[in-house]
Amino acid sequence: MSRIRVLVGTRKGAFILTSDGKREHWSISDPHFAGWEIYHLKGSPAEPDRLFASQTSGWFGQMIQRSEDGGKTWEPVGNQFNYDGVPGTHQWYDGTQHPWEFKRVWHLEPSPTDPDTVYAGAEDAALFKTTNGGRTWQELPGVRSAKGHLWQPGAGGMCLHTIVLDPRRPERVFIAISAAGVFRTDDAGLTWRPINRGLRSPYELPDPDAQVGHCVHRIAIHPSRPEVLFMQKHWDVMRSDDAGETWHEISGNLPSDFGFPIDVHANEPETIYVVPIKSDSEHFPPDGKLRVYRSRTGGNEWQALTNGLPQRDCYVNVLRDAMAVDSLDPCGVYFGTTGGQVYASADSGDTWNPIARDLPAVLSVEVQTFP
Amino acid sequence: MIRVVLPYHLRTLASVDGEVLLEVKSPATLSGLLDALETRHPVLRGTIRDQITLQRRPFVRFFACKEDLSHDPPDTALPETVVAGREPFLIMGALAGG
Repeated sequence: MSRIRVLVGTRKGAFILTSDGKREHWSISDPHFAGWEIYHLKGSPAEPDRLFASQTSGWFGQMIQRSEDGGKTWEPVGNQFNYDGVPGTHQWYDGTQHPWEFKRVWHLEPSPTDPDTVYAGAEDAALFKTTNGGRTWQELPGVRSAKGHLWQPGAGGMCLHTIVLDPRRPERVFIAISAAGVFRTDDAGLTWRPINRGLRSPYELPDPDAQVGHCVHRIAIHPSRPEVLFMQKHWDVMRSDDAGETWHEISGNLPSDFGFPIDVHANEPETIYVVPIKSDSEHFPPDGKLRVYRSRTGGNEWQALTNGLPQRDCYVNVLRDAMAVDSLDPCGVYFGTTGGQVYASADSGDTWNPIARDLPAVLSVEVQTFP
Repeated sequence: MIRVVLPYHLRTLASVDGEVLLEVKSPATLSGLLDALETRHPVLRGTIRDQITLQRRPFVRFFACKEDLSHDPPDTALPETVVAGREPFLIMGALAGG
């Protein structure tokens, strides 16, 4: 019998939800790292019982935790994230240059093949890598060479929040940084370049077509077709068919094209999901109705998915790392809210059920499928 | 022995129940105490002070003998009553909230 494990990071700890493949009955663990912010936790595809968690605190800083038993027990590993060489500076709010300062790890992306290799996306924006299971971390400084002096923190901090590893070309990695944009390496992280052509930010940037500065919220691919990228930008839902060289808008009939997460159906590469949010200041669903929108055409034509979701008086947000899919058939879709609910659909989004109702505000959701 | 009281979350991280008793080489200073604490419990590295600059983290406080020692230079000698173990050295998470 197949099994599902959902890894939920919240403002006050991590929770692990488990079910069999029917996805009808769920168990919720006690909180792990209670009282700490868990920005993200994710399992190694190569060794699924090996999990990594980013545990942070405004008081006590950054910890990285590793589990070898699917989250039952944890062990702290390396927490030293030093910028390579002289850290240098980036643009500050007053137009001056400001030194890079490490604040926290937003996202952990384990290698699909090597259980000891994990990438970590940090604030202030930088990419780190471990090749020894988290014991030590090294920066890939080429990221910040990609016009880093022009980056400037947005309201949510200057964070490297998305890391997408190309499953067909291990030397190719995509990253996204708030208020900076998308960047790509084709040489395993040595050199990086911005890939933001086609993004337009007329209300955020003096030059709406600038090479860097676009506030990308999330990017996603389907593993069978890694040259096709989907993006939820600050405003606009975008698509690239050439590995990010050019982008075009696919917002179509969405009620709002502002939002945070975007994800791709596990078995249908042209089926994608977003959660429209009213605006950049009103971080809640339009009309108080929590609606996931699904496009089965790779964008432009969107259908509201409402069955089982609150359709009145709902004013929660869904953060960028808080949506994931399983790989069963039919595909399961999961997302968490700032109100502490985790919703799951076992039928590709047609119907939804809350599988947790009263957690702390959800920061991230990841799903592991055990076929 | 110097008695160190850690805040709840650091006791959990270090798997410590109650006070930590430390031998600190003489003359006992603030930085000497933190060196000894981090040697005994390496998991605490980075949680109280920066691992490179050794600057106290902004929302961590050091109290002893009803005094706030947080802003004292790292080479400040610890109070005699702390060195003698009559008073504990308190590491606190600063008040934050509303």
